Amino acid sequence: MKFLSSIWRALFGDTMRAFGIVSGLLLIALAIAPAKDHFSEWHGYQNGYLSLIHDRSDAISLRRRFEPGIQQIWLPELGVVDRCATCHEGLKEASLADVKMQPFRKHPVIPHPLDRYGCVICHRGQGPATTVSEAHFSERAGEDPILPARFIESGCGQCHQNELTGTPQLNSGRKMLAQYGCVSCHLVKTPDGTTMKATDDPPSLEHLADKTTREWVFSWIKDPQAYAVSATMPNYKLSDADASDISAFLMSSSTPHAGDSDATMIALAKNADPSAGASLYGESFCATCHAVQNGAGNLVGGNVGPELTRVGNKVKPAWLQAWIENPHVYNSATMMPHYRFTPQQVATLTSYLMSKTDSDYGSNVHLDPATPAQIAHGKKLVAELGCAACHTINGVNKPDNFAPDLSRIGSKPLSQVVFLPGMQHALPAYIAGKIKDPQAFGPGLKMPQYTLTDTQRDGLTTALLSLGDRSQTMPEKLRVAGIHQTTYEPAGPAGKLMTDLDCFSCHRINGHGSDMAPDLTLEGSSVQRAWLDAFLKNPNTLRPALTRRMPRFNLSDADRKTLTDYIMVVYQSATIDPDKAPPAVNPPAMVEHGRQLFYSRYACQSCHIIDTKTDKGYIGPTLTQVGSRLTPAWIYAWLKNPQELRPGTMEPNQNISDEDARAMTAFLMTLKGSGKQEGKQ
Amino acid sequence: MTRRPVACAVLLLMGAGIGCKHPAASSSALKPTATGAAIVLSSGDKQTGPTGTVLANPVVVQVNDDQGAAVTGALVEFHGPAGVVFDPAAILTDSSGQATTNVRLGTIGGRYTLSATTPGKAHEASVQVGEIALGYQQQLGSIVADKYCSRCHDPESSAERVSNYDNLAVKPHAFTDGGTLNKMSDADMLAVIQHGGPALSRSALMPPYGKTLSPADVQAVIAYIRVVSDPPYKPAGTVYEK
Repeated sequence: MKFLSSIWRALFGDTMRAFGIVSGLLLIALAIAPAKDHFSEWHGYQNGYLSLIHDRSDAISLRRRFEPGIQQIWLPELGVVDRCATCHEGLKEASLADVKMQPFRKHPVIPHPLDRYGCVICHRGQGPATTVSEAHFSERAGEDPILPARFIESGCGQCHQNELTGTPQLNSGRKMLAQYGCVSCHLVKTPDGTTMKATDDPPSLEHLADKTTREWVFSWIKDPQAYAVSATMPNYKLSDADASDISAFLMSSSTPHAGDSDATMIALAKNADPSAGASLYGESFCATCHAVQNGAGNLVGGNVGPELTRVGNKVKPAWLQAWIENPHVYNSATMMPHYRFTPQQVATLTSYLMSKTDSDYGSNVHLDPATPAQIAHGKKLVAELGCAACHTINGVNKPDNFAPDLSRIGSKPLSQVVFLPGMQHALPAYIAGKIKDPQAFGPGLKMPQYTLTDTQRDGLTTALLSLGDRSQTMPEKLRVAGIHQTTYEPAGPAGKLMTDLDCFSCHRINGHGSDMAPDLTLEGSSVQRAWLDAFLKNPNTLRPALTRRMPRFNLSDADRKTLTDYIMVVYQSATIDPDKAPPAVNPPAMVEHGRQLFYSRYACQSCHIIDTKTDKGYIGPTLTQVGSRLTPAWIYAWLKNPQELRPGTMEPNQNISDEDARAMTAFLMTLKGSGKQEGKQ
Repeated sequence: MTRRPVACAVLLLMGAGIGCKHPAASSSALKPTATGAAIVLSSGDKQTGPTGTVLANPVVVQVNDDQGAAVTGALVEFHGPAGVVFDPAAILTDSSGQATTNVRLGTIGGRYTLSATTPGKAHEASVQVGEIALGYQQQLGSIVADKYCSRCHDPESSAERVSNYDNLAVKPHAFTDGGTLNKMSDADMLAVIQHGGPALSRSALMPPYGKTLSPADVQAVIAYIRVVSDPPYKPAGTVYEK
């Protein structure tokens, strides 16, 4: 007590001393805040920035734009509070393009201004934080570390539900979600309210025994990629016993399908010459959809239909014949057209395809006849593994909600995630890791292992990261809706024919179909009737440089007339008026003027061929017969604005005047092609 | 300016953290059975890929002895600027003397100079590998160029695309032709793309794309041309350092 009072007296004994001490304490207390500020991490970076710009030639203007203190972007409707620019001072300085040192780099060019969108919306991390560790590396519950740059396109995908040109990784990831059957088990509801649908069209297994053998099914489910490197079916890592039981069940549940075995056809196939099949396979452009592995191990051909490298190991000849004859009998929803081959052609193709075998494949598979217990076990496995989520199987219902809903996977709280030992505690690492090796997360997990490259996995992870809370709660005006397939179906007998020929597997009409071949929505305004009829009879290509071509269907005269009539009447443009178009026949002076414009002013010969002797460009279609193919109204409208008629077409809009467009139309209409060429084709 | 020393220290620290080259970490675990004298590049240079992604083809180098014969079992280490990840970062050469690594590019768009080194007998041998990382704008440019420009401007044909280069009376410049294109200003390039060759009294075979491509797309194509040009493009006129 005495001690304390002596200290008290020493400090505050006299008024002057007390005043001095109190003033000193007050000064220190007041200095705490500025000192904290001065020694804060961001202050150091701001000083670093000042000395970085100090020696540059544009230091004065850079310093004028420099704002000291905490810099904040606040966007209430997006829930963004970003203080990133406090340290990242050079983000908007174009002249700092050569600076590689963070945090002073200029932001690379992107379509959005930083002030209106903030940083965390794409980069994640903690916007309000003012220390590097908290802003970039926080792993606390409800917080997010910075997104690795390779997944940055997921930011775009939060608002843009459509396909953007500049985000190939996001686009491929989204496509894969549908193509690899992810959405067959997982529910993915995009922010515009639509549910993603699978596009991989897995085959129905209802009549499996007609198509293939139990041994092949066994080999296939053991390792799909051993049969076809391009197979999208995942590897379930089944034991021999399980694979044998599943194959036994699938075979026993299969029911015979009418029309899958025709004795006379089989006889024809036995006598057919496989070597003739190769040329028929080529002429029918099977390779547009189907790939075959060549000697070097590369796939040659399209990926619309299944790979055919070892198809002879798989299918039964009788089934294949029936399939080639008319695929719609076995699978009414198939994308493969009904080619209308002659019986002889069917036999030739069948024997050619049956010769595509690999003697090693499945050679050591010998399965004993299955017992009822094994079949029952196989059925149990099929139900457990969720096979029916993709395939139609007799006696097994399609499971509902088989796998977790992924509609908001991109903002799954880290507290709900079980990380593997050694894995970075961040969502991208978890998602990519889960796709790479699902079984590592627990032996009981049902998710199968997909065979994917690093690039494919990054794409999928990007697409999944874009499905987050923010994308679901985004203000409507910021959302860019996706383009969805319409349900357009052509009507009447022509519609039936078009379904039978599967025109929509390649062509798009009124927003329905594929983009492999030209959009036919306005075809009736575009082409002349006689040309269309002749083209359907024998489609000679307009673009010799393309490997994908329209195949020849053996259409009857009546069918051709039905199709031509329908296309010419229904697929008309509302804006192209044939009455206001330039006439089909014009004075020679005008034609000559058009020719000069074509060759000199607009230099169309760089892409098109008019005279096969002198012109060599073959980017665009050959125009030697354009006068008998297209209507003058279409040519005129096309020259004026190609993108309006076919959005995304390569031909640039050259801003051609009305007068020039008329003259060139007059010239192009005189190009009727020579009779000799016609005869050759 | 009392702040200067503090700021310098901060900068130095950051420079040490960011700018330094990370040597291969796992090299100690590998036991080389031979040493070579020289290292040469086999394949995998001059690739382009988006920032942060794995390049399509691996980088392959070969270690040779004084006679030029391949050396098996020599240690090869790969180095690169911060952000570049090698898988693996160190490896022994295989039976044909080659070492292969997959490269994940860094997060900054632009040119990357990577190097592969082998200890060697007398002194370390190394070879440099140049790769290009495309940022958002450059990648957009490459996609736009691929659709609208490459058929004429890329003399090489691929399985997907037959080049139209040989068919043109006036030959277009390949986008990698830095010798010519580096001399064109951004404004000139913009004019030629938007208004066609005649805008700069050049060939009409180059059509105008101003009404087909958005200004942002055209800028992206220019950014792409600048990043792939060989020799590298250096913007003229601005002096950054005093």
